[in-house]
Amino acid sequence: MTANGWLQYAVYSLVLLVTVRPVGIYLERVLEGRRTWLHPVLRPVEGLIYKLCGVNAEAEMSWREYAFAMLGLSAVTMVFTYAIERLQFYLPWNPQHLANVGTDLAFNTAASFTTNTNWQFYTPESTMSYLTEMLGLATHNFWSAAVGIVVAVALVRGIKRTQSPTIGNFWVDMTRTTLYILIPACVLYALLLVWQGVPQNLHAYTSAHTVEGATQTIGQGPVAGQEAIKMLGTNGGGFFNANSAHPYENPTPFSNFLEILSIFIIPAGLTFMLGRMTGSPGHGWAVFAAMFALFTAGFATAYWAESHPYSAIHGATQTATATLPTGNYEGKEVRFGIADSSLFATITTDASCGAVNGMHDSFTPLGGMVPLANIMLGEVVFGGVGAGLYGMLIFVVLSVFIAGLMVGRTPEYLGKKIESFDVKMAMLYTLIFTFIVLVFTAVFVLLPNVGLGTLTNSGPHGFSEVLYAFTSGAGNNGSAFAGLGPNWWWNIAMGFDMLIGRFLMMIPVLALAGNLAMKKSVPPSPGTFPVNTALFTVLLVGVVLIVGALTFFPALSLGPILEHLLLKSGQLF
Amino acid sequence: MHSVWKTSILFTLVTAVLLGLVYPLLLTGVAHVLFPRQAAGSLILRNGQVIGSELIAQSFTADKYFHPRPSAAGNGYDATNSGGSNLAQSNAKLAQRIQGDIDRLAKENPGRPVPIDLVTTSGSGLDPDITPDDAYFQAPRVAKARALTEDAVRALIAQHTEGRTLGLLGEARVNVLELNLALDDLSK
Repeated sequence: MTANGWLQYAVYSLVLLVTVRPVGIYLERVLEGRRTWLHPVLRPVEGLIYKLCGVNAEAEMSWREYAFAMLGLSAVTMVFTYAIERLQFYLPWNPQHLANVGTDLAFNTAASFTTNTNWQFYTPESTMSYLTEMLGLATHNFWSAAVGIVVAVALVRGIKRTQSPTIGNFWVDMTRTTLYILIPACVLYALLLVWQGVPQNLHAYTSAHTVEGATQTIGQGPVAGQEAIKMLGTNGGGFFNANSAHPYENPTPFSNFLEILSIFIIPAGLTFMLGRMTGSPGHGWAVFAAMFALFTAGFATAYWAESHPYSAIHGATQTATATLPTGNYEGKEVRFGIADSSLFATITTDASCGAVNGMHDSFTPLGGMVPLANIMLGEVVFGGVGAGLYGMLIFVVLSVFIAGLMVGRTPEYLGKKIESFDVKMAMLYTLIFTFIVLVFTAVFVLLPNVGLGTLTNSGPHGFSEVLYAFTSGAGNNGSAFAGLGPNWWWNIAMGFDMLIGRFLMMIPVLALAGNLAMKKSVPPSPGTFPVNTALFTVLLVGVVLIVGALTFFPALSLGPILEHLLLKSGQLF
Repeated sequence: MHSVWKTSILFTLVTAVLLGLVYPLLLTGVAHVLFPRQAAGSLILRNGQVIGSELIAQSFTADKYFHPRPSAAGNGYDATNSGGSNLAQSNAKLAQRIQGDIDRLAKENPGRPVPIDLVTTSGSGLDPDITPDDAYFQAPRVAKARALTEDAVRALIAQHTEGRTLGLLGEARVNVLELNLALDDLSK
């Protein structure tokens, strides 16, 4: 570890902190339907979308109507993307004449982008045409990001409203999120990326005659526009196989800084919006503090682990010098080094982004455990756009419930009594995730032809590859221990892993939102557990860690922890 | 229920045009006007011919050139098949590969520790950079092959070393292709 590495963490944190308030205020304005400075330009477009789609913008929806609309849109967009993949050979903007995508891979990819996971069982630059990238995949980056945000906002409305049968209008929320938040931010961001060196063109791949006389075909395309929403929408699906490690996706340390900032900027702003909308700014900051503490712990662990020399080799510089902040460089890029790679890996899995700027599969056992554990904790450390906030609010419900049990009275949360139905929905949310991750992993490691035969690494790390895949899928993250080779079973199983992990978990959230909205507000009493204090932050962090550890510690022991201990004793596989 | 499907289909089509066509095509146009070189992939031309991209590593094997980091992209430096080795530290193949490279380099450069980035594959397989340590490690070989003084080569490395952005972000690095082109210009 170097002082400069920690300084980068500090500067990043500071910049993030500065954005929280303005971003939160802007999000609230947009989602409460108030006027923004973009209205003169975008308000007519908003009205046009409602008109073309037959949306009554004044109508409010119950949680069930909201959920049906969300599921309906997701189903239609998934079929839309599947169709484009299957037909890309016949469609325009395919200068490399790439073939139609096979059925199982097309299903997996459509599920992957619909669920904001962006797991990729393919090499994009040799599989997907420019049209598929733009119209089939990048569109989903917008849609699925907006879906995450609107579900979180629906839940916040549920907390805020009293005796209300409705939680908002799905179509209006989707349109406003896309128009006033995602598109303007992406246009500006994409241009900054182009300035740094990210390509944006529709040319066929370039054929270069190299200095030593060989031929090198250089894959390019409309990268910048997709890169922007990929990061800002915490999607994470790369235009290239190497994702944000690829110099065309992430050419400089500055583009890298923008990318990690853009992962957290909306989720962090949402905590401020939570505080404002519920009239309890302190609560927003208490949630922010819990997230920030978990982020720092993750980064410290990953950075520490990745800075360690590789014990199985000798004769190379592995202690840091002024010009070489050395450590585990396998799978990492020189321009980022150890600090930025550790920071990126932590942030991308704290959130449900899943973009990578280094290969997690080649991280040290404990360094690679950080991203895995981050996803296992539910990606509630800022988290995916929207998904992180509603995931954390589930833990908040559990925390006030536990606090209520301790003092022996009905728990309350911001004036709402937390009752049996609410806790059931919260538990359903946590249990669905656990269930699918562990069951799928168990099945795949037990069937040699299905799972084990597809791995790059054996021993405990091979187990970690399978565990990471299903955790990443169910958590809608999309990062990977990428040594895994796909087959038909993987495509189908991961497809369902992602769909269940997205939609079966969103329904309890919306049900909770609807149920909370119906309730009366009770004024706080001396027995109410305050949710805007440091004590609450500590309890919340504790609940997140305990639920995560109780659920996944045995699996982690068989994977990264065992690998670490064996590697230390000199055992290779 | 009927209206949910209808609205879903209409919303998909309307926003797909906006997000999947208007947004990227408009951006392509604006990027082309504002940053034409970057938008086209930061290509480097010599005598009207594209010889590579400033951002993409290409293979160099001759003694007279600086070598990039080893590549796991396709069969090496395949810019249509980017990626890392994905080998874990506990994988014997990784330890053997790295140790084999270290031993070979140590034999050619007795008494000098081998920079770790020279024997590890990058995440993309297309890392255009090496660390300054790595460049200085290779300087004696390059100088000898070109009948240049080692000092001249070291001066060139220093000239092509890019420090941390704003003195803070990332790590110091040397772009291999640019350094090699500068060497060729020097030898002309």
